[in-house]
Amino acid sequence: MMLDLLAYSAFFLTMALTYAVISLGLNVQWGMTGLFNVGIAAFVAVGAYTSAILTTPETADRFGGFDMPIAVGWLGAAIVSAALSWGVGALTIRLRADYLAIATFGVAVTVQLCMLNLQPLTGGAFGIGFIPRPFADLQADALLFSLANCGLMVVVVLALYLGLQHLSRSPWGRVLRAIREDETAAQALGKQSVRFRLEAFTVGGAIMGLAGAAQAHFIGFIAPDNYMPVLTFQVWAMLIVGGSGNNRGAIAGAVLVWGLWAVTAAAVSAFVPPEDQARAAALQIVAIGVGLCLMLLLRPRGLFGEVSPLARLRTRSPASAKE
Amino acid sequence: MNPQFLMDGLIAGAIIGLGAIGVTLTYSILRFSNFAHGEFLTWGAYLALCISSALGVLGAGFTTPLGPFSFGWSLPIAAVLAIALTGLLALAVDALLFSSFRRRGSAIIIMVMASFGASLALRSLLEFLFTSKPAYFSQALQIAMKLGGGLRATPDQLAMLVVALVSVIAVHLIMTRTDIGRAMRAVSENPGLAGIAGIDVRGVIRTVWFLGAALACIAGMMSGLIIQIRPYLGHDLLLPLFAAAILGGIGSVPGAMIAGLVIGLCEAFTVQIIGAEWRSAVSFAILIAVLVVRPRGLFGKAS
Repeated sequence: MMLDLLAYSAFFLTMALTYAVISLGLNVQWGMTGLFNVGIAAFVAVGAYTSAILTTPETADRFGGFDMPIAVGWLGAAIVSAALSWGVGALTIRLRADYLAIATFGVAVTVQLCMLNLQPLTGGAFGIGFIPRPFADLQADALLFSLANCGLMVVVVLALYLGLQHLSRSPWGRVLRAIREDETAAQALGKQSVRFRLEAFTVGGAIMGLAGAAQAHFIGFIAPDNYMPVLTFQVWAMLIVGGSGNNRGAIAGAVLVWGLWAVTAAAVSAFVPPEDQARAAALQIVAIGVGLCLMLLLRPRGLFGEVSPLARLRTRSPASAKE
Repeated sequence: MNPQFLMDGLIAGAIIGLGAIGVTLTYSILRFSNFAHGEFLTWGAYLALCISSALGVLGAGFTTPLGPFSFGWSLPIAAVLAIALTGLLALAVDALLFSSFRRRGSAIIIMVMASFGASLALRSLLEFLFTSKPAYFSQALQIAMKLGGGLRATPDQLAMLVVALVSVIAVHLIMTRTDIGRAMRAVSENPGLAGIAGIDVRGVIRTVWFLGAALACIAGMMSGLIIQIRPYLGHDLLLPLFAAAILGGIGSVPGAMIAGLVIGLCEAFTVQIIGAEWRSAVSFAILIAVLVVRPRGLFGKAS
């Protein structure tokens, strides 16, 4: 019993951490730079499919199946998602802010369409199965297997966290914040805002692709249904609840929102009669939408919002005056 | 090639055009792209469905088909009430959500995000109330009439085209010939200056919401009558709506309608040439082409 619970917790935490990676990617785009991405599901899906095509064993009626190592798949996922983000960003970032949002929405619709219709590449509505799982040789021992996977995700999230923390304190991160706060001032200092924004959008897209690959290898099976618009909404809720602009907030928000989602989903399947479950699931989504709006209205900074540099100076100055 | 695709494209384009007028008006006056606009189409269709079914229960006379059409008096009556209710819904969403962001002077992109949350909540609420099963205004089957030149259309489709044409002309006249229309254009040029000149900016904003939602309701009912009513009706039209608003040029009412027709015809042409499964990609291709070649659209002003 105890061991079951431990195995389940490890499974839950692994899923939550894959969302934390997506949320960290969104934080680079939205939190650090102020770029609005409504097509998160598409960038995650592109990563997942790329890695699946690279690493699955050969299949008769589908392109790909290169049987490569998982690490190559993850790297490929990040590169292809980054390329897609770069393309979308290059077209729209120099235009009005909303055009990027509309274009990413279009990308989400189009990627969904490609997953369904490019059967020789994506397997159509049935998706791709038999994606190799990390630590597959441990699979006989369920507990050890879940713990190993969980450990791998902890390492990935930790590495990303440290890397992004470093990046946001670096000159590059400071320029991004400067552009977000006052674009004209940043331009007056000779910073090309379009270039920096495009770089941030691409880095964020690469992280989302990596997350998609990690998720696909953990579950072992992908299909277009996994990448519906609700995924985009969930990740937004995670970042807004956690606090945009703060990497710790992005991770905490992901674990918290995924936890709430998993608990309510379990409650729905336990207490709601089967014929009403689709309606209860719809109500669950209403709650996310209302929650997102309320959070924006009542606590736009989220649980661990970014402390603005000015506020930090203000709190520091009395202390320094005392010295 | 069968010329029938022209008729299908024209009808789909009329629906897209009416919806896009609302998007373009909110964008030019409130200055943000409203991702919840598609939901006004869906809510309009479901509200009309509820009222029309209620009328059908009150008296069988309401549902006896009018002449060649598939619907009785219940639908036109329901349409008028649904238009008013959808307008009120838009005003309620604005009062609860967007007005407080405007008061605080929040960044535009925060409003876009809020509209995104609102669309999620509004759509799933419909899915909760009506489930995802498609619904219909009437179960009657219609025989298409021959119009000559190899074109066919049902009486319902022709009636809807006339309704769309009348609505667009009415909105165009409101925008160009009336005081409120002039006030709307003034606010879209410069809200601060318009306020100083004594224009009631809040009144203009209320008018824009009501007008946009009313047109969305008409478009939703058209789509519901000709195809079917589902909770995802508006969500699936959202990309064509944005593409039409941008292709037509933000702020241009005739531009949005013409662009809507262009997109509808392109979609129908694609269905004919490539296949129905790629229909939704057409708006994305047009959107990207416009953003690359002419970001201000056909009739838009340079920013």
